[in-house]
Amino acid sequence: MVETLEQFLPHPLLALFIHAALPMVIVFPYVLFAVWLERKVSAHMQDRLGPMRTGGWHGWSQTIADMIKMIQKEDIVPSRSDKFLFKFAPFLAFMGSYAAFAVIPFSSEYIGAHLDVGAFYILAVTSIVTLSILMAGWASNNKWSLLGAMRTSAQIVSYEIPTVVAVLSVIVATGTLNLMTISEMQSGTIFNWLIFHSPFLFIAFVLYFISSLAEVNRTPFDLPESESELVGGFHTEYSGMRWGMFMLTEYADMFLVSLLGSVLFFGGWNSPFGDFMSGPIWGVFWMISKGMFFIFVMMWLRWTLPRLRVDQLMDVCWKYLIPFAFVNLVLVALWEMIF
Amino acid sequence: MKKPEDIYAILKERFGEEKVEFKEDVKVVPFIVVAPDAIKEVAKFLRDDDDLDFDYLMCLSGVHYQKDTTLGVTYHINATRKKHSLTLKCIVPEENPHVQSVESIWKTANWHEREAYDMTGIIFDGHPDLRRILCPDDWDGFPLRKDYKVQEYYHGMKVPY
Amino acid sequence: MPELRTEEMVINMGPQHPSTHGVLRVELVLDGEIVVDAIPHIGYLHRCFEKHSESMNDYQQVIPYVDRMDYVAAISNELGFAIAMERMLGIEVSERVECIRVIFAELQRIASHLVAIGTYGLDIGAFTPFLHCFRDRERILDIFESTCGARLLYNYIWVGGLSHDVPTDFKDKVRDFVQYFPPKIKEYNDLLTYNKIFIDRTADVGVLPADVALNYASSGPILRGSGVNWDLRRDDPYSIYDQFEFDVVVGKGEMGTVGDCWDRYIVRVREMEQSIRIIAQAVERMPDEGDVKAAVPKRIRPPEGEIYARTETPRGELGYYIISDGSMSPYRVKARSPCFVNLSVLPAISRGSMVSDVVAIVGSIDIVLGEIDR
Repeated sequence: MVETLEQFLPHPLLALFIHAALPMVIVFPYVLFAVWLERKVSAHMQDRLGPMRTGGWHGWSQTIADMIKMIQKEDIVPSRSDKFLFKFAPFLAFMGSYAAFAVIPFSSEYIGAHLDVGAFYILAVTSIVTLSILMAGWASNNKWSLLGAMRTSAQIVSYEIPTVVAVLSVIVATGTLNLMTISEMQSGTIFNWLIFHSPFLFIAFVLYFISSLAEVNRTPFDLPESESELVGGFHTEYSGMRWGMFMLTEYADMFLVSLLGSVLFFGGWNSPFGDFMSGPIWGVFWMISKGMFFIFVMMWLRWTLPRLRVDQLMDVCWKYLIPFAFVNLVLVALWEMIF
Repeated sequence: MKKPEDIYAILKERFGEEKVEFKEDVKVVPFIVVAPDAIKEVAKFLRDDDDLDFDYLMCLSGVHYQKDTTLGVTYHINATRKKHSLTLKCIVPEENPHVQSVESIWKTANWHEREAYDMTGIIFDGHPDLRRILCPDDWDGFPLRKDYKVQEYYHGMKVPY
Repeated sequence: MPELRTEEMVINMGPQHPSTHGVLRVELVLDGEIVVDAIPHIGYLHRCFEKHSESMNDYQQVIPYVDRMDYVAAISNELGFAIAMERMLGIEVSERVECIRVIFAELQRIASHLVAIGTYGLDIGAFTPFLHCFRDRERILDIFESTCGARLLYNYIWVGGLSHDVPTDFKDKVRDFVQYFPPKIKEYNDLLTYNKIFIDRTADVGVLPADVALNYASSGPILRGSGVNWDLRRDDPYSIYDQFEFDVVVGKGEMGTVGDCWDRYIVRVREMEQSIRIIAQAVERMPDEGDVKAAVPKRIRPPEGEIYARTETPRGELGYYIISDGSMSPYRVKARSPCFVNLSVLPAISRGSMVSDVVAIVGSIDIVLGEIDR
């Protein structure tokens, strides 16, 4: 796609820049929409209406107004904090999250970087978010933030293992790390999707979904923030746009793991109806719809379930998810050998 | 189920009349006045005796009797299994208000005694952690004394408004 | 490599913390996430209720002040004070007044328990049950509002009677609520009570053995959660509670140990069912006619003397120790607040647990700081 852009634009660097910024065009409006959706979904689950006024129809522009408010807010940096780390952490968080979008195939014609090690790259680069959270918690010079940050690093590092193993199951089945190739392999009807490939891949998906919830710190694994225990966790001391960056990262991360899940298990940009409604533009539509579906499920869980305790969280990971994931990986491999 | 006069009879036999005194003809509920230096012993006996079995300290209140220039501690105790209750009182002079702590008998007395100390200035001997509880640690005076005058300034803030 | 050094961390939970239910400050000494010691500091909301009462010109004027102690269950506070004064003065109130008082006290108990279990879910991280509880609490507050105009602080129960009569459709409204509410309890149970994560977070956490509970003079759902069968409504009856049929709910350790957080929680849920039973009986019993102010004295001038009267509020034993010197204003009013006493057990049961457990324990004690600090 870069080549196509280069034909129209005066300078190849400009083409590259536009190419790189394209996921941003999807991610930003998506975050605005997702925050609004989260409020509406939670509201309707809780027997209330949520924002109804701003912008007229069901408060659609509430998050835009919130964002404008947030930009105008004073940027408070605690006087006893480590200033550089404190200011840098939110940007690093978003960098880690955004960089991962580079290898997501949004459509058959668009992928940021056509890497052969796409799946591996995503798992690697998203770990930066952990680092930034640890930075934020430490730099705040606040004990609550520190507790939150310590929890986060323990949690994300632990849950990376089942995530990786679940992704590995898919890779065993497909034989490639390239996400575009994985998507292409699933074209055709809905039954070509990898989730229907074998029963063990279905289990792999369940494992992937649970551990990805923990990866992006969503309930029931939202311990790093755990509003009612740690006040705000690692971002207690943040305000204004820097806090907004963390919020942005959280939602972008949710989007990322949902998209990755749909690429790995639900056919990526493929239409569920075979050739009907398929093509590069429809591909973007299907990709985002599938992602939004998983985001809705995450919201649903968040507003239904309580939160685990930190030791129980570790129990779930080390005593259940990891052994299951490894056994499942062996079974996936056996299935591939036999059939 | 025992009446206060029965309990008094038991207490008198055990501790002697100089330590316990029965006030019968008072309005609503009769009570027993216990010497401040015997209250712990009496409380322990009341709790541990099988017939009395007072396992529950309902309330402990500090009172300032301005007319008599004394301070008093009132104990309302109750037996959850035997279902009887009793009122005890300790009366101490205003100048040197020392009462034995019953914290070791009923743990709940810990906070009650701190409150009584905070509000009326009664000192409970043997209390493990006698600090103010409701007022700030460096507050002056004891608010529930009848002659209490609020301090003019607290950390530079004007107190009476 | 130099010797690695570890040290305990002191951290202040509160006074501005989302899960301390107000302005409680708990000084936590932490070893990692393990609580070595928890020291509660209270008094941030101290308003000298007792001193205020002493300067009132009339006993009736104390009632708006007792409202403001436990502002989640104001009626129960008023009832306690009214009963103490009526015993002191020897006033008998009519059957109609007693029935209305019981209905209100039990409605208030349900409303208060709804707040308790809703916010408890919130503490554990479940957001939705909270708003469902508030939806149903609204119905109760609507009944209160239509009766006395207030939704939170009622000044409704007076010494000797009530401030004014109930509206004509009062019985229908209460009957509607009695019909409406029981299915909702099942909803809470499905959503929160028997949720696996909720059970994991609360069972075997903050275990309070029965003898410790008694020694700390805990009361209400805390004491009953520890398996002690003790309810003042049955064991030291006041008003006309001895004429109603209801069960005293105790914790049985169904999900863990007797006296854990889950037991304290379930006692509240099941008590709401019992309150509905009492309300249903009281509505049928309540006479339609009668002056609710008939026994309200014009001037209250009790003889010299003192009284300690206790009632079972949603949070436990609320006692009033009132001393009269024979004048129009009280000489001393001491409120034995259930939360104050219940909270004092916190250090004993939170040692050795984790930070998240402290939140669960404080939530299960169900404190209202207005009453602790008075």
